[in-house]
This record gives sequence, structure tokens and C-alpha cells, in this order.
Amino acid sequence: MAELTAVVGIGQTKYQSKHLDHSMPSLVRVAAEKALADADCTWADIDAVILGKAPDMFEGVMMPELWLNDAIGGAYKPMLRVHTAGSVGGSTGIVAASMVQSGIHERVLCVAFEKQSESNATWALSISMPFSLASVAGAGGYFAPLVRGYMRRSGAPEDTGIRVAVKDRQNALKNPLAHLQLEDISFDMVANSPMLWDPIRYLETCPSSDGACAMVMESEALASKRSNKVAWIHATEMRSEPTQFSGRDQVMPQATLDNSKALYKKAGITNPRKELDCAEIYVPFSWFEPMWMEGMRIAPINEGWKMTYEGATALDGDFPVNMSGGVLSSNPIGASGLIRFAEAARQVRGIADAHQVDGAKKALGHAYGGGSQYFSTWIVSSEKP
Amino acid sequence: MSDDKNDPVEIFRGHVELDYQYTAGVSASRFLRAVEQGKFLGQKCPVDGRVYFPSRGSCPMHAVPFGDDSTVELPDKGTVVTYSIVRVPSENIPLELPYITVQVLIDGADTALGHVLDANLDDVRMGMRVQAKWKPKSEWTTSMANIEYFVPIDEPDADYETYKEHI
Ligand SMILES: [Zn+2]
Repeated sequence: MAELTAVVGIGQTKYQSKHLDHSMPSLVRVAAEKALADADCTWADIDAVILGKAPDMFEGVMMPELWLNDAIGGAYKPMLRVHTAGSVGGSTGIVAASMVQSGIHERVLCVAFEKQSESNATWALSISMPFSLASVAGAGGYFAPLVRGYMRRSGAPEDTGIRVAVKDRQNALKNPLAHLQLEDISFDMVANSPMLWDPIRYLETCPSSDGACAMVMESEALASKRSNKVAWIHATEMRSEPTQFSGRDQVMPQATLDNSKALYKKAGITNPRKELDCAEIYVPFSWFEPMWMEGMRIAPINEGWKMTYEGATALDGDFPVNMSGGVLSSNPIGASGLIRFAEAARQVRGIADAHQVDGAKKALGHAYGGGSQYFSTWIVSSEKP
Repeated sequence: MSDDKNDPVEIFRGHVELDYQYTAGVSASRFLRAVEQGKFLGQKCPVDGRVYFPSRGSCPMHAVPFGDDSTVELPDKGTVVTYSIVRVPSENIPLELPYITVQVLIDGADTALGHVLDANLDDVRMGMRVQAKWKPKSEWTTSMANIEYFVPIDEPDADYETYKEHI
């Protein structure tokens, strides 16, 4: 049985298109110091450090963990780099938790980041392989055909994606850290924005952001002594599958269905829609909200869009999703998964300020990546299991 | 350290070049030599008989190599299983915007091939029947670029049930 572990500190930079005030080391350090401050710790209190970021090709800095080790306080301490494509932030949180759950360390710091202003993600994701034709323009080019597949099989109304985008952008207005702050956001504004990768419109996509997120996690022995609220980790789960095999369901991959099943089993959850108070889900393109509501077994297959339509996923709905404004409002890719995990922890700690879900006790954090093939999830709670 | 009181970071664009040789390997070489002759070769999984095209020489599901006798010749026709109309430029994609990306399920294959479709934007749809438009024979090399794009053909649309598992 794993040691019970808790999130006791969370730090985030502001998410924005260009952090001209920070180099990469400075960016990760700011998030880490904020997490230490939140946890009322110093660098000396940390036993090990975990760093996560998306492909090195983005910024063109190979193995940045070596360069950033000093900045994240990793000198003379165990340090590990995590990389699982877009899901990496989530995996980073899970790896950090496992360092404590395994009984190896008492207190661990994890940091995840991306500096998209020094990067060219679309280029890095559109590499032409020898002998093949390069035609997939970035992540949007990859995911748009899958969104079309979902629309076809679910029969969801065509404006479902627009409704998700409006909702997440409204939530972002309550989160001062969110990158996109569109005061005059409206249905028409999203609907009339240019079609980029048909059927995905400009305002249904995530921005390119700079930013870093960090968390401090502790053993039960240490966390139990704290007087402020901590987020107890009830369950973590990672699943993956190959990008290409015959019969692969790319719209609803087996790996996501296996992930959610295993996660709820570990957490002792039989009815996630009822037993979870809210969820922060990785939605880089609006339609992935209904798709992952199904993948996470919160809605029946082909019915995830109904939750969006009925307003269930709004901040004042019965199952709020992406309270922070989500990936649609801030996307420092490598950090994006950890931000989802951090938002789940903030909610159950009751420190999510203007985007707090009243009385949230149990929350889901979720990330996915690659060609919808890597999934990282966790469930945190204000109470011990 | 504060979040906003540092001197601005200077960002400049540097040029990095990396030359490398790519060895195609046995399976891809066989596939590319066929493409050089204007033919499509797939490989059949010995476990479940599914045909991979293009094939990487082994089955990712069953973790078995495709033997020499697994090769099957395929036509250059297929069905559009899903698509997108792209209006976003990418510096390493030399196509004029907007263009249509398609996932084509080649007849007889059990995996879809990503390519480009030359068609009226209003006509493209799931289930559309298409065929490869090859470059002039004199320009053929060991490359999928031998196919300029796919074009619609005058055949009734494929039934959704026949290709839905390949989306
Ligand atoms: Zn097989």
C-alpha cells in the first residue's frame, strides 16, 4: 500500500504570450519559489526535484533539465525529468507523488514549464519525415479530423464547441493568472472567428503561452501537522497506447477508457458525476470537453455534449469543468497538465479565489497528449481517503 | 525574486543545422521501391490478418514482425474516412492555403494514410471515394511525394459502417 501523500504548496507564474521579464531558468524559479512560499518551506526542506516539459524540439534546448537544475534547486539532490508529450505536466505531478507514495522521500518539489515565445511548436509538430508528405499543420491539423469524427458519431449540435469556448473564456476572466482575458467574449464572437482547421475556429483553440507551474508534495506524517488545508491525493493513473495500429479508435482511445476505469477503482468512486465536485480537464480545442467527459466516464459515450449544452459544466453548473479557464485560456504546453492538477488541488484546498467551486471536496485533474495516446489523471480531496 | 521586476530578456532567432542520413530499413525500403514503380505494398499481420499500409515492418498490437510472405499489393484508390480544411500556414509545409488534409483508407488496407486532396472545398466529405494522382513517371523516386495528391473519383460514397472504425 502506498504512503498517503498531499499537495501542500502550489506556485504559478502569470500565463502570457511573452515573458520578456524572464529567461527559462528565471521562469521555473519564480513558480518554484511561489510553491515553496505557499508550503512555508525553504529550498533546504526539499528532498528531490522533478522537472517536466514538452518536446525539447520546441525551444531547441536539448535536455533542459541539466541547464535548469540549479534554478529549480536540484543541485546535489535527486532530480528527474519527465516527458510524455502534452500530458507531461500531469505525468510530472504523478511522478512527484510517487516519490513520496513509495516512501523514498518525505517532501518533493515538481516544476513544469514551457516558453513558447522562444519556441516554434507548430514547426516542431509538423516535421517532415523522410519519404512522406508533410501535410499535418501542428496540433490543430492533427486533431481537427478527430473532432469531425466525434461530431459524426455523436450527432452533437455543431455549436457545441462554441459553447465550450465561451464558457472557458468566461471562467478565465475570474482567474488573473489566465493568459487570454477577453472581456467582451460572446457566442457570436467565437462563431464569427476564422475557421483555422475546419471544423475548429480560431477562438476554439488554445493560445501559445509562456509560464511555469510548481507543486510541493509531502508525506502524511508531515502534511498532517499542517493547520491549513492540504489536498490529499486519493488516486493517480497513467495509461498510453501506440499512435497507429489497425482498429485504433482515435476519437475515444482505449487508453483513456482504461485510465478512467483504473483511476476510479483506486479512488473508490463508482459514480464520478455524483462523487466528484468538479474537474479540470485538458481541452486544447473546445470539442475535447465533451470528448473527455466521455473518456473520463463522467458522461455516457456520445452524450458528453449534453453536459455542455445543459450548462452542467459551467462554473455554477452541477459539474463545473475548467474553472481556471482551462488550456483554452492558457497553454504553456509542458506546464498545462500540471496546471490542471494544481487547479484540482486549489479547489479542494478552497483557495481558488473567484473561480472557486463552493464547497468542493473532491476534484479530478486530467491531461492528455501525443496523438490522443498519453493520459495522466489524479483525484485529490480535502479529506483523507 | 518577483514576477515582474527583472530586466527584459533578449530573444533572438538562431540558425541551427543538422545533417543526417536516414536508413529506411528492410520493410520501408521494400515499400519505397514499390512506390518508385508506381505500386502500393501493404503488409498483413500474421496474427489477425489486418493489412498495414504504409507498414513499418511489425505489428504494434501483437508485437510480431511481418515476414517476407506478408506483402500484399493494394490499389491506389480508397475512401476518405475524415478530413480537415487547413487555413493555417506552417513553414515546413509547402502547400497553398487553404488545402484539404485527408485520412484515406486504401481499398484492402486496415490503416488510414494521411495525404492531401485536390477537390472543391464544398465537395469534400467523409466516405468520398478518391484515387492517387501520380506525378509523371519520369519524376518517380523512392518517395510518397510521387503522389501529388488524391482526387475524387466518380463512384458512390462508401457506407459509414465500412470505414467508421478507422477514424
Ligand atoms: Zn497484428
